[in-house]
Amino acid sequence: MELSKIYKNTFLIVLLGFLLTACATQKKVTTDQKMDSQIQGDVYTGTDGVKYLADGVPDRVFFATNESVLTTASRETLRKQAKWLRQNSEVTIVIEGHADERGTREYNLALGERRANAAKDYLMTYGISSSRMTVLSYGKERPVDSGSTPLAWSKNRRSVTVKAN
Amino acid sequence: MEVNEKNTLFYFCLFLIFQTKSFSLIEVDITRGNLDPLPVAVSPLFSDEQTHSDLKKKLNINDLGLEISKVVENNLRQSGLFNPLNKDAFLQKPDIAHLKPRFEDWALIKSQALITGKVILKDDKLRVEFRLWDVLAGKEMLALAFTTVPKNWRRIGHIISDKVYERLTGEKGYFDTRIIYVSEEGPKTQRIKKLAIMDQDGFNNKYLTLGNELVLTPRFSPTNQMVTYLSYFRNLPRVYLLDIETGIQEVVGDFPGMTFAPRFSPDGNKVIMSFAKDGNSDIYTMDLENRIVERITNHPSIDTSPSYSPDGKYITFNSDRSGYQQIYVMKSDGSKVKRISFGNGLYGTPVWSPRGDLIAFTKLHKGRFYIGVMRTDGKGERLLTENYYQEAPSWSPNGRVLIFYRETKTDSDGKGFSAKLWSIDLTGYNERLIDTETDASDPSWSSLLTN
Repeated sequence: MELSKIYKNTFLIVLLGFLLTACATQKKVTTDQKMDSQIQGDVYTGTDGVKYLADGVPDRVFFATNESVLTTASRETLRKQAKWLRQNSEVTIVIEGHADERGTREYNLALGERRANAAKDYLMTYGISSSRMTVLSYGKERPVDSGSTPLAWSKNRRSVTVKAN
Repeated sequence: MEVNEKNTLFYFCLFLIFQTKSFSLIEVDITRGNLDPLPVAVSPLFSDEQTHSDLKKKLNINDLGLEISKVVENNLRQSGLFNPLNKDAFLQKPDIAHLKPRFEDWALIKSQALITGKVILKDDKLRVEFRLWDVLAGKEMLALAFTTVPKNWRRIGHIISDKVYERLTGEKGYFDTRIIYVSEEGPKTQRIKKLAIMDQDGFNNKYLTLGNELVLTPRFSPTNQMVTYLSYFRNLPRVYLLDIETGIQEVVGDFPGMTFAPRFSPDGNKVIMSFAKDGNSDIYTMDLENRIVERITNHPSIDTSPSYSPDGKYITFNSDRSGYQQIYVMKSDGSKVKRISFGNGLYGTPVWSPRGDLIAFTKLHKGRFYIGVMRTDGKGERLLTENYYQEAPSWSPNGRVLIFYRETKTDSDGKGFSAKLWSIDLTGYNERLIDTETDASDPSWSSLLTN
């Protein structure tokens, strides 16, 4: 009798424990999902501030902190840009590279230039002549989001393609 | 030894020690944190009735002698090493004090040093005499005179401050100097930036550009007449030269891409800078005389923020060739590149002290920014101050004070942003906000204007 009571109580406590962790986990999942929809692997994946060169052709790609590596999503965006540029062969562009504010000013100027060049190089592999493209770095001087949060910073780490003519 | 004799001997030794102290001239130690500033009395400089009224007509200043003494007082106080005493407590009048101070009167108010002087206007020229006295020893330590045009009167105050500082610390001063910086206004997303210049104590602020194009990182030439900076004129970021006297601006060289992060060589003959092409930034120099361009680094990494050693033989710079921003030193021809930063975090903005002994830098570690110094071989790293965001230290000409800038966080509405100039002593003490009309960033300290 005693033993079964102990087992019953232990079972109830363990069950309660699971319930609590389940709740906690659920909460965690919700928050992560919200963040996940905006940042993945430190790269912004949202659409805040994104403009369109044409229907379905976003004008910008985003980067991780200190990086100039193009993500899969970035390469997809740039392929769309390349296709649009091939269809509009008279258009010339300026590719503007930016950095977030959490770094020293001069290094960020260089990093912006490196990011813009990463985009330019990729467009070249899809047949866009370098004579149609100029690179311009703004370092951290022109943020789109003036917030002091990781989300704001991720929106500022970008390379934007701008029509020049 | 009898107890009595022992006591006598002890008191005799004590007496000797105090005797020696009272005869030694005052000295201020600036190598350690000074928590006991030297009390000094700065007497208003004396001028006679005629000079008083002449100067009032000329400069519209009521009492120039008093104003000059205020410049000196303010400089000495800001240095953190001196404690200028309240003038209301002074017992002796300026004219008598300058001729023959009654040292007991000055010792009474606990002052250890006394500055007195005289202002004379003759043939439209301002002549200023000043004397520095050791109150406890009852001696004159320094007596000098300067002549200049009346409108330069603030510089006389700065020069007197430098002479007093030098006499009491053994180091050259930094008061007769100017600061060039970027004045900032407007929302973060659309900042209006202008080049601005002011005296080191914040007076005589002047804007050098109009704010029509983005300007960044201005630096003085050693001769103080020229400034080099980055301008986005016509949307083409390039290094420019600006003549402070004439206002004439000129692009440096003919580079087919962005040039940035410029500085002068110690002899003023070259501009050193970064040039970015195809995603790579390397360091180049251009000789201002013959326009010859020399490539100094040749590496696929980002090489930027170059700064010469004061003898011109070495260059320190920022590179991410090891994967992340670190500090390197190389010979001025680009050979013998050596990494010198090895602590935890990212390092940037290296700048060589005018004394040649230290390199100041910005460090980012675990989301916090630090201003620090290290020896030129990378050893002895010392962090002076920590903040949410700060960067870009610049040295005073005597290598004892660093000026830099700080930015604040914005709130959830994206508001509350501000950028201000700050200074701190090499000891880590005397951290001070420098007042500017507008927000400010990218400060650079001139060398002494008097040479």
